Amino acid sequence: MRMLAQILALVLLPTLAIADAKWVELPSGAFASLLKYPDSQDRLQKVSAFALMNVPVSNAQFLEFVQANPSWQRSNAAWVFAEPAAYLSHWRSDLTLGASVLPQQPVTFVSWFAANAYCQAQGARLPTWNEWEYVSAADQSHADARTNPAWQAEILSWYAKPANTALADVGAKPANYYGVMDLHGLVWEWVSDYSAMLVSSDNREQQDADQQKFCGAGALSIEDKQSYAVMMRVAMLSALEGADSTSSLGFRCARDIPADTTLGNP
Amino acid sequence: MQASKAALITQVLSVIFIAVSLSGCGNEVLPDPAVQAAPAIAAMAADTGGSAKGDFGPPVGEPIKAILTSPPEVPPATLRTKPAKVIVELEVRELEKEISEGVKYTFWTFGGTVPGSFIRVRQGDTVEFHLKNHPDSKMPHNIDLHAVTGPGGGAASSFTAPGHASQFTFKALNAGLYVYHCATAPVGMHVANGMYGLILIEPPEGLAKVDREYYVMQGDYYTVGKYREKGLQSFDMQKAIDENPTYVLFNGSEGALLGDNALKLKVGETVRMFVGNGGPNLVSSFHVIGEIFDKVYTEGGSRYQENVQTTLVPAGGSAIVEYRAEVPGTGVIVDHSIFRAFNKGALGMVKTEGPDNLAVYSGKEVDSVYLGDKAVSALPVTAAAAAAASGTLTLAQQISAGEALYNGTCSVCHQSNGAGLANVFPPLAASDYLNADKNRAIEVVLNGLSGKVMVNAIGYDSMMPPMSQLNDDEVANILSFALNSWGNKGGQVSAAEVAKVRAQTKRPEGAAH
Repeated sequence: MRMLAQILALVLLPTLAIADAKWVELPSGAFASLLKYPDSQDRLQKVSAFALMNVPVSNAQFLEFVQANPSWQRSNAAWVFAEPAAYLSHWRSDLTLGASVLPQQPVTFVSWFAANAYCQAQGARLPTWNEWEYVSAADQSHADARTNPAWQAEILSWYAKPANTALADVGAKPANYYGVMDLHGLVWEWVSDYSAMLVSSDNREQQDADQQKFCGAGALSIEDKQSYAVMMRVAMLSALEGADSTSSLGFRCARDIPADTTLGNP
Repeated sequence: MQASKAALITQVLSVIFIAVSLSGCGNEVLPDPAVQAAPAIAAMAADTGGSAKGDFGPPVGEPIKAILTSPPEVPPATLRTKPAKVIVELEVRELEKEISEGVKYTFWTFGGTVPGSFIRVRQGDTVEFHLKNHPDSKMPHNIDLHAVTGPGGGAASSFTAPGHASQFTFKALNAGLYVYHCATAPVGMHVANGMYGLILIEPPEGLAKVDREYYVMQGDYYTVGKYREKGLQSFDMQKAIDENPTYVLFNGSEGALLGDNALKLKVGETVRMFVGNGGPNLVSSFHVIGEIFDKVYTEGGSRYQENVQTTLVPAGGSAIVEYRAEVPGTGVIVDHSIFRAFNKGALGMVKTEGPDNLAVYSGKEVDSVYLGDKAVSALPVTAAAAAAASGTLTLAQQISAGEALYNGTCSVCHQSNGAGLANVFPPLAASDYLNADKNRAIEVVLNGLSGKVMVNAIGYDSMMPPMSQLNDDEVANILSFALNSWGNKGGQVSAAEVAKVRAQTKRPEGAAH
């Protein structure tokens, strides 16, 4: 009986698969990062044109991925790449989401390694912190809304709530200036260089941080102390190891745009 | 205790010895060694040796799991005489709780409460600290214990993502009462959301025995909504930066130490309060209304000051206060930056039960009218009293004395022009009620009046207390004055008439104005 169910599940699952991710093209540009990088005099960070998934990766999408890549199924994943007790721990089984996990919710309890593997499987990569910060500075109508106190307050209200309520579906909220959704107010997101842009784990060593963590030292010097939202992202990412996963941590993928072509949505 | 006494004696002797040997080997004229040694002794007595003398060697015996308590409770004394290995397990929870009646706030907590669990160990103990961040948390957290000697107070070693746990170990080298708090960016926000508590490092000989110990910790809170604005309130970053709190509270909510939650005490008991201040911004002027702290270990250190009314507790600091309850009653815990107490919630209570001690505190003995410059000369009253005694009292003397008495006793309510106060105190001027019945007027003055009355066609429903402090002469004079003033019909009331009514009516017992 159980075997039959599994076969049925395997047969039926592809029909659950959702449309391919939508990619949003982001123009190249320079923006003032809230992190002060020791190697740059001004805070302007250049970002090359890239494409970003318009929403975080959903449970349904990640399920497709683990079906195609059994080594990333919960019981197969190597513990060094995914904490055994946490990785996909909210799913009912390796290939079943279960009643309380909805296909269109963002996938969480994924490690950096798993997220990275997912993106690679799509011919993509995780976005860099710079790319994420660049896109996330926008509200619905401005490319850079970071000085808008109302928008800041809205972002902060999400951070202030514990992660003990069900997550909304991806794409439930309006898109931002660039057409990207859910950068704020749904989940934390992995970035490719999360471990390089580490803030020191004691965030008060302002002047005297370990020079070996030069990027960390940069992150410590957050320029605009009121940008608590960014500070909390940095703090969260720096608290994590690559194999870690939490109930409110997801990801989305990015990919480069070759200089001489443009990329349309499929 | 014995050991430290012996050490002190040794030190004193060596000081004297040095002083003596100095005076013996030179030609300089030195002051009497005994005189010179005295301040040196005092200086040495003030020195516990700090961290340099805080290591009593490796832990002895099996590891002990620390008892943690929620405020306002304090774990029992360790009663240990040897250094131990103590395991502390503290869990971080992000919880929605009531900050004031009908007002919710998302607190980030150490152990599920604000302030966080109280930790108690002994100087020289090796503390194995486990910080667990609940899987439902959204934030990473860590802990900086001011009791830790080492970079960041443990913060870097305890940085913990949601659903994870960290471990680090420290030796408690300095005795004292220390704040711990979260130090994850943005630090101010983590602290403002309630992430602080106290850890007591007992001195090796322990603390003196007291009858009760309590845990009280102040904090300031910044909400988008106004003070007591209902509903779920979120953190207001700008108010926090401006250091303009919406709430200043003891133990994390407005009712935490009020009503049934008041701290309890009995007359004759000595209480010790471990007082902390998490901040993030304000310094507390900690005070208990109606008490004097017999001892205050200022800033949570090793020495005490005596007989203190108000002690400063720094943000990120502490104090230990002690007092003996001498009389029953309610002591009110406040931050004596007093608008915080009455307009931002910094109020708590200590309810002391037991027998009165009237020699120490009488309760209210006298509540008399004080008129300041409204007072009128008592001369006419004295003159009238003398005239009454000699049988020569005239109506004019009565009115004159009555006016002085009226201004002293009656005008507070009925006003000096007899007009009363609309809808509250009936008028005596041109008063149909007063003019209608002389004996009823005497009875009202003697026995008071409560309930509905109609005066000049207007209804009044107030309470006039019996004027039982007035004698018959005085009542007669006041009424004679009233009848002959403000358009009333005139007439006279004699002391005999008052005496007659007094004899015929019953007054409420013990009533006095």
